[in-house]
Amino acid sequence: MANTVTLTVNGKTVTREVEERTLLVHFLRETLGLTGTHVGCDTSQCGACVVHVDGRSVKSCTTLAVQVDGASVTTIEGLAAADGTLHPMQAAFREHHGLQCGFCTPGMVMSAVDLVRENPTPSEKDVREGLEGNICRCTGYHNIVKAVLTGAEAMRSGSDAKIAAE
Amino acid sequence: MYAFAFQRPKSLADAVTAIGAEEDGKLLGGGQTLLPTLKQRLAQPSALIDLSAVPELKGITEAAGGLTIGAFTRHAEVAHSATVARVIPALASLAEGIGDRQVRNMGTLGGSIANSDPAADYPSAVVGLKATVKTDRRDIAGDDFFTGMFETALEPGEVIVSVHFPKPDKAAYAKFRNPASRYAVVGVFVAVFGSEVRVAVTGAGPSVFRLPSFEAALAGNFSAAALDGLTVDADGLNADLHASAEYRAHLVGVMAKRAVTAAG
Repeated sequence: MANTVTLTVNGKTVTREVEERTLLVHFLRETLGLTGTHVGCDTSQCGACVVHVDGRSVKSCTTLAVQVDGASVTTIEGLAAADGTLHPMQAAFREHHGLQCGFCTPGMVMSAVDLVRENPTPSEKDVREGLEGNICRCTGYHNIVKAVLTGAEAMRSGSDAKIAAE
Repeated sequence: MYAFAFQRPKSLADAVTAIGAEEDGKLLGGGQTLLPTLKQRLAQPSALIDLSAVPELKGITEAAGGLTIGAFTRHAEVAHSATVARVIPALASLAEGIGDRQVRNMGTLGGSIANSDPAADYPSAVVGLKATVKTDRRDIAGDDFFTGMFETALEPGEVIVSVHFPKPDKAAYAKFRNPASRYAVVGVFVAVFGSEVRVAVTGAGPSVFRLPSFEAALAGNFSAAALDGLTVDADGLNADLHASAEYRAHLVGVMAKRAVTAAG
């Protein structure tokens, strides 16, 4: 049996028929073609699938599309400005090489943006604890943490990451 | 996942009717345990009744000398509530330690206790704080609610509405967590109500349990030293690749001391 869901995804309203058991991550990737959100472990552990639902970070592999009917969803594709200017957190990840293979990066960035929204001045410990739901199998955590700290500073200042000077 | 029907009732009465009408329906809280279970095809419910739009199940209120927390209150809301932090800070800190950030943004109090996972955190607070579980049809004492591994006193179709936690004089929760899942390998909730001390243990056994010998020792002298020499029988405790029963028995003593020290 099909259900109709209406979501606002990256600012655009979409209405689609979905099966009840369709996971949000599959809806985003397969129905909408937004493949920036990844399926990693598929067991709610790794965080590669993290998106924002009404501003809160959630694991889209552990959320049904019908569960979030009516909600506003932001994916990694929705972070950068319309002209392609990277979000400060994305810029910080690039500058600090906060990725190796890059598979976990969309989830890391989405989790990082959510944690800085809640705590604009995180300590290194806050960042490490805040990213507990995200796993990097390249184990590149040090640069990820550096990137999030820089990204937090850039988000506070409201400007692009001032990292070139470092 | 196997196919299922989906409903999102808008009132408690509609939710009770919906679950009552299903042969094998499941109530859906945040889904952080239920959906992984369904993804592995370990369960095949006929329908999911999503409780997210039921207003009677939401909110945190200061009531009757304690806190009443709606069943569909997410862990992150409890963790960040100024009311919880003021009235029962140990409960806020317990909620902040559940799973990870994304799990806390979805998972709910009612879902956690209805599932009665042996390693869940909330059951220790329900028992430790002498809470009362309020359902659509009755009140259930926290001491009577958890009846075994993944088993509770809930009847088929019974819906948890809220949990009332009395305010203790002091309380704390200490947890030795699995570093990957953040479930409690052992968690101990200690609470003091006047001359009564309650010690509730999660993670160690098939279901949450109290430790009368620890409670008696602490009632006479509320200090970590009062627990020196007391041991826990490993017989019947959980054993898995993370910890043997003997190790869990040892951890109960260590976590109880940490909780007592944290409660001050």
